[in-house]
Amino acid sequence: MPRVLTGNRLETGDVLWWNGSDWSPRLSDAVAIGDEGEALLARLIAAERINDPALIDVTGAPGAFIPTTTRERVRASGPSVRADLARGSLSVEAI
Amino acid sequence: MDNRMNVADRDGQDQVAVAGAPSPALDDAPAKLRFRDDAPFESPIAPLADFLAGGNFAAVRLEPGDDARALLPHFGRLKLIEVAFPRFRDGRGYSSAAVLRQAGYTGELRAAGDVLVDQLGFMRRVGFDSFAPNAPLNLKVVQATLDRYRYVYMKAADGRTPVWALRHG
Amino acid sequence: MYRYDEYDQAIVDARVAEFKDQVSRRLRNEITEDQFKPLRLMNGLYLQLHAYMLRVAIPYGTLSGTQMRMLAHIARKYDRDYGHFTTRQNIQYNWIKLEQFADLLDDLSKVEMHAFQTSGNCIRNISSDQFAGAAADEIADPRPYAELLRQWSTLHPEFSFLPRKFKIAVIASDTDRAAIQLHDIGLQLRRDATGALGFRVYVGGGMGRTPVIGKVVRDFIPVGQYLSYCEAILRVYNRYGRRDNIYKARIKILVTELGIEEFARQVEAEWAGLAPLGLDAPPAEYERIIAQFGEPDYDRNAPDTLDLSDPDFALWVKQNVAAHKQPGYAIATISLKPRGGIPGDASSAQMDLIADLAERYAHDEIRVTHSQNLVLAHVRKADLYALWTALADADLATPNLDLVSDIIACPGMDYCTLANARSIPIAQKIAAKFEALDTQRDIGELKIKVSGCINGCGHHHAGHIGILGVDKKGEEAYQLLLGGSGAEDTSLAKILGPGFDENGIVDAVDKLIGFYRSARSAPDERFLDTYRRLGPAPFKEAVYG
Repeated sequence: MPRVLTGNRLETGDVLWWNGSDWSPRLSDAVAIGDEGEALLARLIAAERINDPALIDVTGAPGAFIPTTTRERVRASGPSVRADLARGSLSVEAI
Repeated sequence: MDNRMNVADRDGQDQVAVAGAPSPALDDAPAKLRFRDDAPFESPIAPLADFLAGGNFAAVRLEPGDDARALLPHFGRLKLIEVAFPRFRDGRGYSSAAVLRQAGYTGELRAAGDVLVDQLGFMRRVGFDSFAPNAPLNLKVVQATLDRYRYVYMKAADGRTPVWALRHG
Repeated sequence: MYRYDEYDQAIVDARVAEFKDQVSRRLRNEITEDQFKPLRLMNGLYLQLHAYMLRVAIPYGTLSGTQMRMLAHIARKYDRDYGHFTTRQNIQYNWIKLEQFADLLDDLSKVEMHAFQTSGNCIRNISSDQFAGAAADEIADPRPYAELLRQWSTLHPEFSFLPRKFKIAVIASDTDRAAIQLHDIGLQLRRDATGALGFRVYVGGGMGRTPVIGKVVRDFIPVGQYLSYCEAILRVYNRYGRRDNIYKARIKILVTELGIEEFARQVEAEWAGLAPLGLDAPPAEYERIIAQFGEPDYDRNAPDTLDLSDPDFALWVKQNVAAHKQPGYAIATISLKPRGGIPGDASSAQMDLIADLAERYAHDEIRVTHSQNLVLAHVRKADLYALWTALADADLATPNLDLVSDIIACPGMDYCTLANARSIPIAQKIAAKFEALDTQRDIGELKIKVSGCINGCGHHHAGHIGILGVDKKGEEAYQLLLGGSGAEDTSLAKILGPGFDENGIVDAVDKLIGFYRSARSAPDERFLDTYRRLGPAPFKEAVYG
């Protein structure tokens, strides 16, 4: 199962995904993380600029990844009860 | 409360350590912060069990789970009580200090271990008058922290006047 | 209500400056997130699923129009134009940025507000009765005593790194609108045989993973000594509360493990040493604070009659308006549970309107209730119709207080990192199922409470019907509990049987209510009373049979 790297930006709390070289506010930019994931995670934690960084399981193909847990789908979509505040990385219906 | 610092490193010279950019002089010896005018007392510090078992100790170390009240009969021969903070989130040491001061202990009361600058204000208030932090503290931040609150709401071991007393004379 | 003097303001200003300094040190990486987290939590700042969440303290749930207007301003300037009133009588914002937080705290401090100790392992915001000062059955207004507790507990040097969070509630009548027996300390103001004022002290109540009803640790502590007595309780807890397991760290576990008699003995022994130290505020300080909660300037000639010829208004009065101790006045509850809404949410425009209405009609006072509604406690009956009209225009006059659609729901997995399941959609679906007001009124008082995880912010253990969101192999699932109460007849809801998915739980509630309507002994027998009379078996049969 593919994995992607996610976290929240220290300064703003914004939800982010790793696009291979930097952080993106869009899940569609996320790249699958291979065996280097744990080392990357350890570096990010030590740098103390991204809070709660985590590797999460996703299904589907790059550009259209869907997280496997409801929690991560909610992070990608925004609150399911506020369609007006949708993040756009995932449709509310996909939760 | 007198929050003037006497800061000495291992060479007895004043030092300023900056967290995140440690001073080379302090790389292996954390700054001690002491708020007493008497001479620093350095001698073997006994664990509580050893101290209570006898032996000629004048300094004792309390772990978070130790009962500070076990020391009440021994204040006469105690010059230093060190209270251990293995993790900053474990707040039992604050009560140990408060118990000791309320029982009349006037010797040195040292907080040692995971002592962070943002805890110093609370620690001073419950009666600690010296500090041995694992990691060096930025002394500018220490001073700013200790000078932060001009008023306090409640009485504590440091004897500061609570605002209800200021309000009503 | 209480107004800051120079000392209160100086302490808030210093605290804001301190946290600004802590934030800037964090942003410069001078402290780690592990070190910073307890500091930001003690200033009410969490990191949630989508952003930082800020919980602003509303001491004992009371605020002025000016303060409410500032809450609206915060929503507009720093958030996404709304806030969420909580079961702890506070308000939360869901989209806060750390880099703007210093400015936000400055704004709050201008109206004598802050976010101190709304999280972290310290003494949290003191909660109280939303009808304080207006209820006919109270001994005295409990809020001055809550304010004294607020001051005593603010930046308490000994109790800022407790084993776990610590919640205190204060009431002054036999009717319990603050769930005091489900708090770490619950204080009920009363008089002893000589007429002296004091508190009955409950300790070790709580919900969460291990729900426990508080026990009386002292039947009477004179008002002049309750602060030092609380200090003794906290001292025993701080020294001996468990720190090896976060789920066993609340005081309720210590009280249960020691037994209430031994716990009380330890507290008394501690208090014997603390009482002579002069920790309690002097009578003059009590008088100063009590004076600030003095009676509003009532209109003594206010007519005590109401024109109920408008049937919609009459319905609202019947459901959402309570008796006031002053003739000619009434207590109005503003429902934050409109059809299709999110329990406890209010937009900045609604907050501004409520601020205006409080100033115009309610002696400039607003209360937050633990059921996530708002209260205007002192309204002339003659002004009720105008008030209702203005509220109705803003979707704030749903006449559903304590009815099936007046559901408590925590933010759940729509916002919260701790949640296992969403709470708000469940509340919305149940409310939609019983949309017709006639049906709701026929069902009568029914308190449904939904939590998205075992921590129980949605008070599911105190629900007549409680719903608990759980994780079932990555899917959202819901357990059904029955028979709880957070009132003076406190009881803990118990699990009825196997859990459900989202639609299943709504159907199950429908079946429970259907059975209750067929089985109640009289139209005015409440759901809870039918359950208590019949026991769980027939309800279980109705749902699972």
